[in-house]
Amino acid sequence: MSGDDELVMGAVAYDPKVITIWDGFRAWFREQGFEFDYVLYSNYERQVEELVDGRVHVAWNSPLAWVRARRLAEAQGRTVRAMAMRDTDCDLSSVVAVRSDSGLRSIADLKGRVVATGAVDSPQATLLPLSLLRAEGLQPGRDIEVRRFDVGVGLHGDHIGGERDAARALAAGEVDAACMIDTNHLLFSREGTLAAGSTTVLAQTGRYDHCNMTIGPNAPDAKVNRFAELLSNMSYEDDAVRPLLDLEGLKQWRDGRTDGYEQLENAVDDAGFYDAQGGISARDYRP
Amino acid sequence: MLATIDLEGLGLEEGAHLLIQRALDPLPVGAGVEVQGRHPALAVHVAAWARARGHGVDLDGVAPVVTKGTAHDARWRSAERAGGPGASGVVERAPARWGLAARGALVEAGGPPLNADLVEREVVWSDLAPKLYAQAAAGQWDPAKAIDWEDPFELEQDVEAAVVQVMTYLIENEQAALVVPARFVARLHPHFREVMQLLAIQVADEARHIEVFTRRGLLRTGELGTSGAGGRASLQTLVDEADFSLGSFLLSVLGEGSFLNLLSFLERHAPDPVTRRVAHLALQDEARHVAFGVGHLERSVKADPSLRGRLRLAMERRHTALSDTAGLNEEVFDSLVILAAGAWTPEAIATGWAKVQTLQDEMDEGRRRRLGRLGFPPGEAADLSALHTKNFM
Repeated sequence: MSGDDELVMGAVAYDPKVITIWDGFRAWFREQGFEFDYVLYSNYERQVEELVDGRVHVAWNSPLAWVRARRLAEAQGRTVRAMAMRDTDCDLSSVVAVRSDSGLRSIADLKGRVVATGAVDSPQATLLPLSLLRAEGLQPGRDIEVRRFDVGVGLHGDHIGGERDAARALAAGEVDAACMIDTNHLLFSREGTLAAGSTTVLAQTGRYDHCNMTIGPNAPDAKVNRFAELLSNMSYEDDAVRPLLDLEGLKQWRDGRTDGYEQLENAVDDAGFYDAQGGISARDYRP
Repeated sequence: MLATIDLEGLGLEEGAHLLIQRALDPLPVGAGVEVQGRHPALAVHVAAWARARGHGVDLDGVAPVVTKGTAHDARWRSAERAGGPGASGVVERAPARWGLAARGALVEAGGPPLNADLVEREVVWSDLAPKLYAQAAAGQWDPAKAIDWEDPFELEQDVEAAVVQVMTYLIENEQAALVVPARFVARLHPHFREVMQLLAIQVADEARHIEVFTRRGLLRTGELGTSGAGGRASLQTLVDEADFSLGSFLLSVLGEGSFLNLLSFLERHAPDPVTRRVAHLALQDEARHVAFGVGHLERSVKADPSLRGRLRLAMERRHTALSDTAGLNEEVFDSLVILAAGAWTPEAIATGWAKVQTLQDEMDEGRRRRLGRLGFPPGEAADLSALHTKNFM
């Protein structure tokens, strides 16, 4: 890590706008007298490993990356913590949508049917909704056939492509149900990927939390505290940061919390995605 | 008491958010609206929509309750009005931060600053601009319909050649007259909306003039005449003038001012009806361009009398720059004589010659009159007029 004065953050380059966002935030931090830099990763697995190894101080993590970081760190006797999250990361849900004219009325009706999901590593469009179906007695591969849309594997579902392809497959009648985050069900219905009123929400997960700013084991406390303070100082009234907040999809930063990840921890175990030590155990996952 | 809204069967994928937002608008931050409705995905979509907009949502009751967040007010807290919509709302100096916003709009802070350097009312504004723009918009004519291109006429071959030469000259002059305002309009803060519109329509005017002069030039022979290096050098000095006031002075007051006489000359003396008609139509437009230039500079000179010194220097500088060039293409001058003569008898040529002399006297007189309006005393106006380019424009 260069420069002892800097706080170095990892972020995953799931979209070109990531550079605009973090370049902008970096400039803003430096204007506040806070030395900050960021490193881009092509996938969350490498980012998490390097965070836990102390190569970066903090990481802007997906919920799945948080689960793995926690497991990896704890297995090594280290600690990571969720310092901050976006207001839009709190209390999300995912849905299983079916065509309104399909006659499917309950989760049990999906038995023997084809369910489309997002990428293998998407918490919102694969792991969480499949966990919901398992809890209702539908085992993927046995009771339902899963048609997975692996777009942006390694990005933990940040790339919307898998969910949109799943929605298209549902609209085209190629699958019986499709899994997606609630926001995208609204988005796809508004943009016409799913014709308005043509789909029905058959099932909805409980509320869960999404990304968080994870503090690594080697992060210096004073810098982390200042970083937290600056994030919470970012005001939507400030026209210098408002465009960046809009791009990153938040109105304000909130304190981190971890009780919203319990469902995902269970879903990861259900799917055998990571083991308890944070090793990757999903056989068909190659970031 | 909690406000309530009933969306009936309308979903958020069909615009129901508009009704929720409208219900939230008058409420203080933190107040809630209970959203009732029959849409099957109502709760799912209300939660997703509210979250993305920074509103809170409570899904524990029978119907979702949206709590108004701070984001909307925060976005607009530092917004400001970009002056007023009418001409009286024009500010002294238009800030770059207003960008391309409409004059009078409520402008959100932030966004890219405008890259414009013509931002001062004193430099660019004329109170005539709104009226002239309205006249210009009403006075637009269609080259295909306003001119009877089939109007029959017969000209001797070399009289036709003289007309073609004059058209060729007019085209290159009008091309300069198009480029100059086009460059200024790109540098002008759109806060000065009417000036921007007027300059834009001036560009469009010149585009039509170029079209009709080209069409008349090619009408019979299908070929154009010559372009002299000296004439082009003279026009280049117009294009190179970067100062808005000086550029407007050289182009509109002096150049296009002289062109009023030239076009009027062609309207009266051209040997065929098509040439007379295109000159007539172009003359109307050019009169507007001159009126704006004079009006704008009259105002500027009143506000800053030292501008007169800079105007004089600009004329002298241009004269010096052109002292080594031939000025007007000799073929153009001769063509004007032939065109006004209309025949090849000594008597006709003498008449044509005299008419062109009169034309030059009229141009000089017009320039002196306009310089007088800008506050130059008669003697100085006469001296300056004599410095004007031999190329007329």
